[in-house]
Amino acid sequence: MNPIDPQLPPGDPLVMLGLLASAILFAIGIVGFLSRRNMITMFLCTELMFQGAGLAMISYGRQHMDLSGQVFVIFILTVAAAEAALALGLVVLLYRRKETLSAEAWKELAES
Amino acid sequence: MIAAPAMLSSVLAAGPLDAQAAPELRWAGLALLLPLLSGVLCLLCGWMKVRSKLPAALTIAALGGAFAIILRLQGVVGETPVVVNLFDWISWTWGDGSRFHGFTANVDLYIDRLTVFWMLFVTGLGTLIALYASEYMESDVGKGYTRFFGAVSIFLFAMGCLVMGGNLVMLYLGWEGVGLASYLLIGYYFTKPEAVAAAKKAFIVNRIGDLGLALALFLTWQCYGTVEYAALWKAIEAAPASSEWTAQAIPWLLMLGAFGKSAQLPLYVWLPDAMEGPTPVSALIHAATMVTAGVYLIARMFPLFVVNPDALVAVAWVGGLTALLAATIGMAQYDMKRIWAYSTISQLGYMFLGLGVGTTFGASYHVFTHAFFKALLFLTAGAVMHGFAGQLDIRKLSGLLKVPGFRLVSLLAVLGCFWLAAFPFTAAFFSKDEILVSAFTAKDERVHLLGWIGLVVAALTAYYTFRVGFRVFFGPVKYEPGDEHHGHDDHGHGHDAGHDHGSHGHHGAFHPHGPRWAIRVPLVLIAVGAILAGWPSYRTMLDHDAPNWVRSQVAHSSAFAGAGDAAHAPHDGHAHDGAASGDAHGAHHLVLGMDAHTAVGRLGSLACIAGILVSLYLHLINRGAADALRRALMGSMATRWIVVGAERKWLVDEFYDWVIRLPLKVVANILSAIDELLLDAGIVNGLGGLPAAVGRLFRPLYGGVVQGYAVTMAGGVALVAAWVIWIWLRGAL
Repeated sequence: MNPIDPQLPPGDPLVMLGLLASAILFAIGIVGFLSRRNMITMFLCTELMFQGAGLAMISYGRQHMDLSGQVFVIFILTVAAAEAALALGLVVLLYRRKETLSAEAWKELAES
Repeated sequence: MIAAPAMLSSVLAAGPLDAQAAPELRWAGLALLLPLLSGVLCLLCGWMKVRSKLPAALTIAALGGAFAIILRLQGVVGETPVVVNLFDWISWTWGDGSRFHGFTANVDLYIDRLTVFWMLFVTGLGTLIALYASEYMESDVGKGYTRFFGAVSIFLFAMGCLVMGGNLVMLYLGWEGVGLASYLLIGYYFTKPEAVAAAKKAFIVNRIGDLGLALALFLTWQCYGTVEYAALWKAIEAAPASSEWTAQAIPWLLMLGAFGKSAQLPLYVWLPDAMEGPTPVSALIHAATMVTAGVYLIARMFPLFVVNPDALVAVAWVGGLTALLAATIGMAQYDMKRIWAYSTISQLGYMFLGLGVGTTFGASYHVFTHAFFKALLFLTAGAVMHGFAGQLDIRKLSGLLKVPGFRLVSLLAVLGCFWLAAFPFTAAFFSKDEILVSAFTAKDERVHLLGWIGLVVAALTAYYTFRVGFRVFFGPVKYEPGDEHHGHDDHGHGHDAGHDHGSHGHHGAFHPHGPRWAIRVPLVLIAVGAILAGWPSYRTMLDHDAPNWVRSQVAHSSAFAGAGDAAHAPHDGHAHDGAASGDAHGAHHLVLGMDAHTAVGRLGSLACIAGILVSLYLHLINRGAADALRRALMGSMATRWIVVGAERKWLVDEFYDWVIRLPLKVVANILSAIDELLLDAGIVNGLGGLPAAVGRLFRPLYGGVVQGYAVTMAGGVALVAAWVIWIWLRGAL
């Protein structure tokens, strides 16, 4: 074990629980994002993936006995809040244009 | 006769300007800069859209000023050349800075008597012809007037640079500058396709010659380590008979340049076409001044030719054959300006013949006399053209001596004809005489035949000159106007209140309008010049001890250096005397049992008078006979080629088309096909198409469905994750 990197022994139950939860959150987010067409739902799914990733950071932070992971998550939460406002604003604008929330409606923005 | 020292030593003393000795020399630079100034002012006039004759006034004033300065210099230039430094330009040294370890080409003026002699008629005729053009071009006021005078100013500046420059680099710049001015002025009527084609032809043919001059310049440095005249003569003096290939090649390359600029075989084809330019330009650039640059080049560089007698023989033969060829073509043309163009080529041939047989004096003298009478002939042709709506066909003009308003012009034109035909005791008679005597008495026997060719050409010249003279100016009054009624062209008709006849507007009754004072005055002055050009010889005839002015001008310059060794045998212990005065030497050679000088004088007179008499019969007394003769010649296959050949200019243009232009065109088309098919279509477009093809491969992934993008991304992430896991598993196992 590296003396300057104090680590919990592998298999710490809290860390394992956190990582499992983060994996589940991320998987739900991905599946939701891919299977739904409603832009708000899709946005919520990205938020789920976000939180999954954040939870993984906290878990690894605990594994390494390091606060950096938590610091990151605080930052991510702040950014996510701002981004949520922005994204919802965009969704409102898009809805006003087409009177629908379906992502299919914006196919014409494609390259080809 | 004067015994001029013909040794290089007379020019070796060339030194920097001594302001105390001749303060006037400090003004020499102004003769160069005044035309430049007027060129810049013309540019300003064009920029400010001046719609008056101001550009003409500026140009005439500047050229007149330059002429006055040269006239003043003529009195003060001594026997030794003076180098006037205007400013330092190129001065590089490397290594230890000795010879061959440096290159110097400053903006220097090399003023000797040859320079001043040349500049005298260049600026003098330039002034008079600019005055003439101020009226001739007046239909273009507000249109091309400024452009015309700007180009004339540029020409005079470049010509000054060429003649007065103190090194070969200055000469080369002037050489290219006159080429540019010539191009601009031939193509003055740039809406006329023939004029544009003629301008391009002149420029391209001159390029070939200029290549020779450029290579000669390089080799001169390679061989002598300097391109400055003063240092060059010293270097040649130090190693007079260099047998290195460079020293031998320089004369041939210089010759190529001279033949291009001075319209000699095989590069003469541009000059007849150059007549598409306005007539004052034909007179100034393509008859009197620019085309003599080649003669100047060889005269100035004569010390370099002396080392190579073969080159001089080649110059003589090219000159002689060009004179003959151009004279035969001139006999069968119908366009007055073209006939004078061929006569210019022919007379230039005489000058090169003179250079080749070693009489730089005879060549320079002929340049001098020719400048006046040929300018006179062109300007009278221009006055006729101006008055008769662009008519130049000698079959459609007759009896102009009796047309009101054209009596003076016709009289002067006939005078010019006598001079061109070298009628006995005209100026041209003496200068041509000098050349032919030298041809007969040259040391090198390979050129003796050229004396006889020269005499034949003299007869032909007299014939075709008076063919024009008798047809156009004598006989019954009969004329048809040309087709330039609508005056976009250079004659300008019925647009100006100042014409002799007020009622020009209606068609049907054509009234030729005679020239006004701005055309008449230069014509008279040039005619006086043509008469006075013979003065040096008249004076020598009256007083055998009086020095010939032209000879003394040429004698104290590089043109005379070593002339004695080149063409005349250095015997009797006075080699240089013999070189300096062909007359003294002529006594040693007999032509038809007479002393060469007498023989050539008599034979030349005979040839001239015979030509005139034939012309008199065929073109004045019995004009039908000329047509009958032509028909008779055309009737027989044995003689048909003579008429067709001469009328179609011996098919030289066609020959060049087939032998040079066509192969080049074929090669160009092949290369163009390679470029289009292989390079453009294959490599360039192929490379350009590659990213597009790759893009098409991946385009289906970006169909606009957000989930599609997400799957791609997730799939990518999954692949990376799978790879990492695989690595990890393998490492763990």
